[in-house]
Amino acid sequence: MSKSPATQARPLSPHLTIYKPLITMTMSIIHRITGGALYFGTLLVAFWLIAAATSEQYFDFVSWVFGSWIGRLILFGYTWALMQHLMGGIRHLIWDTGVGLEKRTASKIAWATVIASVALTVLIWVAGYMARGM
Amino acid sequence: MADMRTPLKKVRGLGSAREGTEHFWRQRLTAIANIPLTLFFIGLLVSLNGASYAEVRSALANPFVALILAMFLISGLYHMRLGMQVIIEDYVHGEGGKLALIVLNTFFTIAVGVASLFALLKIAFGG
Repeated sequence: MSKSPATQARPLSPHLTIYKPLITMTMSIIHRITGGALYFGTLLVAFWLIAAATSEQYFDFVSWVFGSWIGRLILFGYTWALMQHLMGGIRHLIWDTGVGLEKRTASKIAWATVIASVALTVLIWVAGYMARGM
Repeated sequence: MADMRTPLKKVRGLGSAREGTEHFWRQRLTAIANIPLTLFFIGLLVSLNGASYAEVRSALANPFVALILAMFLISGLYHMRLGMQVIIEDYVHGEGGKLALIVLNTFFTIAVGVASLFALLKIAFGG
């Protein structure tokens, strides 16, 4: 290839910032972010299991951390991330069969994953508090 | 002896990453497994909310619970390792940094997995 000095800015193909945020695009980004968050969330699972295997003192300490307001906030976020990633994952598995890729259908499914993940998160926490009450 | 295979034979099904569709397939396989396993994990945590140390240990010592939880950990960790690898490959462009992070990704996954499974087995075997 011959070398030619760039005398002006070369045109770039349009990237993220140029598009109006669409629900399918937003949920695709959120799928990746929740996946990344869940990656580090596994530390919480390991923390809990190790505590249960170590001693009552350590377990009570971990329970105290998880039960604090910041602990609950993190666990609530973790629950939602897990549910959103689960719903988004089911969406991908549906797409893998070649179904639901039409523009309007894809947007509807994307919205459905948000509604389902929020509803499931609330349901899980209500069930959790009910289990605690009994 | 000269290699008799044609260039096409050597690359067929491998692609540029030399692993063919294996990454994609395992991502999907673990994704499918993760659906019921995650629901079980959530159900277990809901039922154990506010439970004492003894109650949690006796629940985790149940062979059925321990086995399903072990499968959840293995499938989930494998899935997240594959996912993080794609994220690294997408955003880290320097070869050295990319390689280092891919190595760390595997180390992290194995460390979390071994620690969690050891803890689970210790409880399951009454330790």
